[in-house]
Amino acid sequence: MEKKIQLPLDEETILSLHAGDTVLLSGTLITGRDAAHLRLIQTLEKGEDLPIELKGEVIYYVGPAPASPNHFVGSAGPTSSYRMDPFTPTLLDVGLKGIIGKGDRSQRVIDALVRNKAVYFAAIGGLGALIAQTITKSEVLAYADLGTEAIHRFWIEDFPVVVAIDAYGNNLYQIEQAKYRKE
Amino acid sequence: MRILQTSLLTQKVKELFIEANVDIGPSLVDRLRSAMEAEASPIGKNVLAKIIANDEYAKREKIAICQDTGVSVVFIDIGQDVHFDGGDFNEAIHEGVRQAYKEGYLRKSVVSDPLFDRKNTQDNTPAIIHLRIIPGNEVLIKVMPKGFGSENMSTLKLFAPSVGIEGVKRFIIETIEKAGPNACPPMIVGVGIGGTFEQAALIAKRAVLRGPDHPNLDPRYYELEKELLDLANRLGIGPAGMGGSTTVLAVNIEHHPTHIASIPVAINISCHASRHAEGVL
Ligand code: SF4
Repeated sequence: MEKKIQLPLDEETILSLHAGDTVLLSGTLITGRDAAHLRLIQTLEKGEDLPIELKGEVIYYVGPAPASPNHFVGSAGPTSSYRMDPFTPTLLDVGLKGIIGKGDRSQRVIDALVRNKAVYFAAIGGLGALIAQTITKSEVLAYADLGTEAIHRFWIEDFPVVVAIDAYGNNLYQIEQAKYRKE
Repeated sequence: MRILQTSLLTQKVKELFIEANVDIGPSLVDRLRSAMEAEASPIGKNVLAKIIANDEYAKREKIAICQDTGVSVVFIDIGQDVHFDGGDFNEAIHEGVRQAYKEGYLRKSVVSDPLFDRKNTQDNTPAIIHLRIIPGNEVLIKVMPKGFGSENMSTLKLFAPSVGIEGVKRFIIETIEKAGPNACPPMIVGVGIGGTFEQAALIAKRAVLRGPDHPNLDPRYYELEKELLDLANRLGIGPAGMGGSTTVLAVNIEHHPTHIASIPVAINISCHASRHAEGVL
């Protein structure tokens, strides 16, 4: 059964999610990947204000392909999350509530998710064409010079994800892979 | 001697990159379908169904299968009786890439310098070009938009011969295990064994290019490919790494004579979006 969830996330919703839940997300989120993360962290390290408010937000690790004439965005699947691992705890500590990416996270990230009652969703890598259909509008929020890596706001409708690491620290990758591993 | 205009090369490279990025091809879809039938995990089955739906949708709508339309790798075999006329050969290839990524709405993912100013070149050039001279007067072109979620999981090691077949197998399986969800499984695993440091890597990439339907013709390597496929699919990683019995669709090995002191082994990982297209001039 797919759960339908509205973004931004509230605490009650976050606590109701469990690793392995299939979820359809609607509402708005922000995007950001390697280059944007680097800038966000450098800004925080300098003690300056971020160009966007992270409190309560969900961030999607994506660098979309350009939109063709009949589409709002081009192909827009997730990129590997581990590259953001060094930056993620800091962003969670300043109020980020949800993340969408692909692949497992470091223990430091898992600890930060639990500490901040936040959730990590996995989108399916290589599903860019289908996922793009669930994005109904896109707007650049910050770092426009980064092109595809700029921070965008996306409006989404029934964006398909799976809860990969919940606010209790349960990890879909470990749980599910163990079931099918044959020695 | 056959004279070929480099503008034809540009045109062909352009067409092939657009085709490769929107159409995964029937052999991969067939392989995904039979994997879906056999998949033990319900989540895994669902992931495979979505991947197939994505590939069909991308083809129908002519949009990129995956947003990571990769670094543009071009393999060209040039008949030795061909003479290129009309401009710089390499530039003609880069121009084909430039046009494909612009007109095909493909993502530009190349930075000009790996270490210092990682500035996007804005047109996905330069292409990575691999050339061979062959007999005849034809030019065979294969293109591979190579995504880096899986490329980053690739590796190379030069072993002492004493590690033997068992050591090589262990290295390959460990590499697949480490790649895990990051490489967007189910993967196609290209293995290059032998040659030198750089040759091993190149034949590993050529092995990926064979796709899921062309096993090694040497019966010993054929058996090894099958055994490695079975071992890899016991890891439990599954589609998208969300658990299951489909982690790898094919292990393709290419081998080459090597030095008395070494077994070079390169492993080039490709995701399920293992895209390529080929054409002849
Ligand atoms: S690894 Fe392949 S399928 Fe996954 S995001 Fe990269 S190019 Fe796409």
